[in-house]
Amino acid sequence: MAKVTFATDLCKGCGLCVEVCPKKILRLNKEKLNAKGHYPAEMTDQDACIACAFCATMCPDCVITVEK
Amino acid sequence: MAIVFEKPKALANVPLHYCPGCTHGIIHRLVAEAIDALGIEGTTVGVAPVGCSVMAYNYFNCDMVEAAHGRAPAVATGLKRAMPENIIFTYQGDGDLASIGMAETVHAATRNENITVIFVNNAIYGMTGGQMAPTSLPGQVTQTSPYGRDVKHCGWPVKVCEMLAQLEGPEYLERVAVNNVKNIRNAKRAIQKAFENQINNKGFSLIEVISSCPTNWGMTPQKALQWIDDNMIPYYPLGVYKDRSAEQEKA
Repeated sequence: MAKVTFATDLCKGCGLCVEVCPKKILRLNKEKLNAKGHYPAEMTDQDACIACAFCATMCPDCVITVEK
Repeated sequence: MAIVFEKPKALANVPLHYCPGCTHGIIHRLVAEAIDALGIEGTTVGVAPVGCSVMAYNYFNCDMVEAAHGRAPAVATGLKRAMPENIIFTYQGDGDLASIGMAETVHAATRNENITVIFVNNAIYGMTGGQMAPTSLPGQVTQTSPYGRDVKHCGWPVKVCEMLAQLEGPEYLERVAVNNVKNIRNAKRAIQKAFENQINNKGFSLIEVISSCPTNWGMTPQKALQWIDDNMIPYYPLGVYKDRSAEQEKA
């Protein structure tokens, strides 16, 4: 069981994590703005996550923490 | 639950000022991970450059010094000679290291100063608004080369690793990229090796990191990473350009 948490207010909505996710379960939430005014990344299907940490590796802003 | 990935301890808990999708953040993290892995946060002193990463002193938890434009290797030389037990690294962009700071870089390398240099090459001047840099590719469109870099008029790009590899001085030169997960893992290994070389008193290590500048290249962050694969890596091939210890072992 993997757990991915986002420091949402640090996210700049660049979408590099969305692009790199092998399971395609990340997206930018276009209905929400964070403190900086960006659309933050979020997880759509926590159960499908394999904790590969590709998203966290690509994230330039250390938004993502991955636990397993 | 075991932690698979978290922010390294050597990276300060503040938001970075870089543009969305700029890979400076990844390179900051890799440096911080190397500092964590080697347990040297308390003895490390970083030297920040002028350029986009001018405020790098806010982002690392180790001590930091701000150098005048291009003079980071000279400042690092002074720090290392005054405090040889400390670990000194510089973090410089291509406008800083390959343009105004070229003399300091070449001479620090040829003296084999025992410092670690992290050289971020994004082929453009980022902070000042996207002017042509010494590392801009032939034909690359920038603010000051709107019809593409004309090598007849502006000369050819500087290939720093290839050039420094001609010197007897430097210990370790490697070019890496941070445009995909595989390259990032390789860059992490290279940066850690550059710090290990300094701990083992081997001498000057320079890691050139091919980075992206989505804002000034005028691309999305995703396209910018693809552009690195399509244009930058063919011109700036990745790999180890000099590893004196390995060469001596072989001989």
